[in-house]
Amino acid sequence: MQWEIVIGLEVHAQLSTQSKIFSGASIAYGAMPNTQACLVDLALPGVLPVLNRGAVERAIKFGLAIGAKINSPSIFARKNYFYPDLPKGYQISQYELPIVEGGDIRIQMGETEKQIRLTRAHLEEDAGKSLHEDFHSMSGIDLNRAGTPLLEIVSEPDMRSSTEAVAYAKTLHSLVRWIGICDGNMQEGSFRCDANVSVRPRGSETLGTRCEIKNLNSFRFLEKAIEFEAERQIEILEDGGCVRQETRLFDANKGETRTMRSKEDANDYRYFPDPDLLPVEIASDWIAQLQKTLPELPQTRRARYVSEFGLSAYDASVLTGSRELSDYFEATVKLLPAQAKLCANWIMGEISARLNKTDMDVVACPVAPETLAVLLSRIDDGTISGKAAKTVFDSLWQGEMEQQVDAIIDAKGLKQITDDSAIEQQIDDVLAANTQLVTDFRSGKEKAFNALVGQVMKATKGKANPAQVNAMLKKRLSD
Amino acid sequence: MLNDSLKQLAKRLAEKEVSSVELTTEFLKRINQLNPKYNAFITVDDEKSLEQARAADRKIAAGEAGPLTGIPVAQKDIFCTQGWLTTCGSKMLSNFVSPYDAGVIERFNAAGAVNVGKTNMDEFAMGSSNENSYYGPVKNPWGINAVPGGSSGGSACAVAARMAPAATGTDTGGSIRQPAAFCGISGIKPTYGTVSRYGMIAFASSLDQGGPMAKSAEDLALMLNVMTGFDARDSTSLQREAEDYTRDLEKPLLGLRIGLPKEYFAEGMHSDVEKAIEQALDEYRRLGAETLEVSLPNSPLSIPVYYVLAPAEASSNLSRFDGVRYGYRTEYYEDLRDMYRKTRGEGFGPEVKRRILIGTYVLSHGYYDAYYIQAQKVRRLIAQDFKQAFTQCDVIMGPTAPSVAFDLGEKSSDPVQMYLSDIYTSAASLAGLPGMSVPVGFGEKNRPVGLHIIGNYFSEASMLNAAHQYQQVTDWHQKMPGL
Repeated sequence: MQWEIVIGLEVHAQLSTQSKIFSGASIAYGAMPNTQACLVDLALPGVLPVLNRGAVERAIKFGLAIGAKINSPSIFARKNYFYPDLPKGYQISQYELPIVEGGDIRIQMGETEKQIRLTRAHLEEDAGKSLHEDFHSMSGIDLNRAGTPLLEIVSEPDMRSSTEAVAYAKTLHSLVRWIGICDGNMQEGSFRCDANVSVRPRGSETLGTRCEIKNLNSFRFLEKAIEFEAERQIEILEDGGCVRQETRLFDANKGETRTMRSKEDANDYRYFPDPDLLPVEIASDWIAQLQKTLPELPQTRRARYVSEFGLSAYDASVLTGSRELSDYFEATVKLLPAQAKLCANWIMGEISARLNKTDMDVVACPVAPETLAVLLSRIDDGTISGKAAKTVFDSLWQGEMEQQVDAIIDAKGLKQITDDSAIEQQIDDVLAANTQLVTDFRSGKEKAFNALVGQVMKATKGKANPAQVNAMLKKRLSD
Repeated sequence: MLNDSLKQLAKRLAEKEVSSVELTTEFLKRINQLNPKYNAFITVDDEKSLEQARAADRKIAAGEAGPLTGIPVAQKDIFCTQGWLTTCGSKMLSNFVSPYDAGVIERFNAAGAVNVGKTNMDEFAMGSSNENSYYGPVKNPWGINAVPGGSSGGSACAVAARMAPAATGTDTGGSIRQPAAFCGISGIKPTYGTVSRYGMIAFASSLDQGGPMAKSAEDLALMLNVMTGFDARDSTSLQREAEDYTRDLEKPLLGLRIGLPKEYFAEGMHSDVEKAIEQALDEYRRLGAETLEVSLPNSPLSIPVYYVLAPAEASSNLSRFDGVRYGYRTEYYEDLRDMYRKTRGEGFGPEVKRRILIGTYVLSHGYYDAYYIQAQKVRRLIAQDFKQAFTQCDVIMGPTAPSVAFDLGEKSSDPVQMYLSDIYTSAASLAGLPGMSVPVGFGEKNRPVGLHIIGNYFSEASMLNAAHQYQQVTDWHQKMPGL
């Protein structure tokens, strides 16, 4: 039987506020345990939550960026359960009337775009951390993280492969960073994924029983976990068994998922509206004001790169993979608008490869867009060849000669020979010295032509324009 | 001095007839003498109080005194008080010394009032008789066998027995008004959102409201002037301009329209209570007020609605008492679940457990709509009843409680009977309306009767005016129990 995998993702994005969602304590990462937990975070008797406006603002921005509905009023609810790192015995979250409802994310699969619908995005507070090591059979509790603002982003089960799930997660990751609501740091837990996975016979309309895989903190784990889980479920079904609805954990070392708790053990969270917090009314002019502060969004830029610059949909999506990369492209292409494709190729090629190799972010790129634009314009105007440009680029990357492109070209003697008579002279010499190749070519061996071009290029120490050499040689040989 | 009004005490202090240290010493002496018998206080700390008194005396000497500077005030043990044991009447917090001050405590401190001790209360404010305190029941100064009412029974007893000139209370379904009635003093629960709940240990967040308890309406007004005001740390605190609650005290009552809900003047009210209430209403008519019948058709539902919503909120509010970070923790336990189970099993008393169970049940999957949602709907209907009634009248009056104070142990084995003693007070709480109780005479066994006054939102000044004018022509509020 042919199986179809159905995936929905729940992503917890930590919002980039200064302080916690319901208290004034800092959310900076890496402080000594319990030094960033105030009276409210410790849930002392009598303390009360006060909503952080900055968290609401970021949630609204997200809603606007995905074309969702911003609910007003929106309601905070208590999710009740006991755990030592949950100080109040309940988590303040949203249940009915989340702040953001609907909307979608477009993912690029090769040259085709796919829409992933979002169910909702709601605000909630993070719990603290339980530390089970180093305490001699006891547990330590660190409440620094308790009360950190999170936006839980829930998708519809619209993804059909681990590749699509990863593409969605990456697009979402890029978007939240793009609009500046989350730093996206996955090692520090600022962007965490849970995946709901089920399988069904291809062609079936009904959903299979799903399992939720918790806390996937890298794209690679997300992909592996989904693949393992789908395989596991298919095996069960093909053996005539039934998938049990449950929550599973991904073991990164073994590359497999295992049961965390079954549906029967699931808590009854007894959600109810938090009486300590009033319904959140969001004025339409606040929304309008936030709309104005939103930068041009990746999907808008993607479309523009295709229509304005004639880039392929794939190239456009790669270039808008992050705001920084896209901004770099924008800054470059602004100086060289007629050569967008050349800019795109260099940024996706040379620049990205170099950044990856040195594990560097584009904002730290040693070659500024202005410098790159000068370099590419020298290719464009025929001063240097593409190959020579790579040599110049090396120098630029090393910071040589104060990154003066023309000075480097001169110093390295990389200027292209475009003078017809100079090339003619070299062709004469090469043809005279390689009569066998000429004979071969004339008897129909196409390869011999390339060899002759190579000889001319060699004779000019690579400085001749290959296209020019090509044309001139072809003309000479056809005479 | 023990029977002095706050104004008289302030005058004595201003005229240097007495210092705050002397005044505080006097009340502390009385507390230390009477408390073993009445059990009104959980914590008394002479030195801490006297330190505040000395600071108050310096303030007075510097000419910076306000109306409450140097005056002793007893604080209900529900208000977190920095450096003081703050137990909320529970074993669960029997070792909890608060590291911070509640908003209300900050305001009294800023006003220069002297905290003369933390008063006894039903555990986590759950109760109507003060028999649910881990620290033992409070006795009613009007009869050693009578309950003082609850949950602010310690504060009511302290004022009635003149152990403090005034005290704070909190009211969720009647916890200021019913004990004020039982102990023959005055008490007001202002409009929900007027007094900060920050640092007031939560029972049912959407109902809890702090308020003063004192001998007279005038004293209540002075106390309210200090207690009320916006607090950004409480999201349900209302941003309103400060008001002077004494401003309307002297207004004549001519033309005041008093609504008498027919549902309150029906079966259930004991005849001794009815007699005192009728006499009080006669007095009001003599003062120029008119009475008319109004109807609050949904008010009989207020007890069932209250006992769904308050426990629902309480079950969640009390989850933080888990033995992990502060408070009581059981001594021996096998694992985490065992620690939770034993800590909460041993730390909470039976009434608190009962309400946590009720609340957990009504919020459970499959029951939520039938109980919690339904109760919220009826809550709105109850509020609409009042809205309708206030188109016809200025204030609503009736009995605060169906009977005078009952005997200790009389209702403690029958929770529903106990819950019914809040039958007249819980509706105003559900609607968020201000309510007060003033003493209007005595019933059976010479136990006090309280008149319940319910006003429209933010009409505290008018209610205090109505009570004050009554107290100008009667002396029930000055009666002192023979101790």
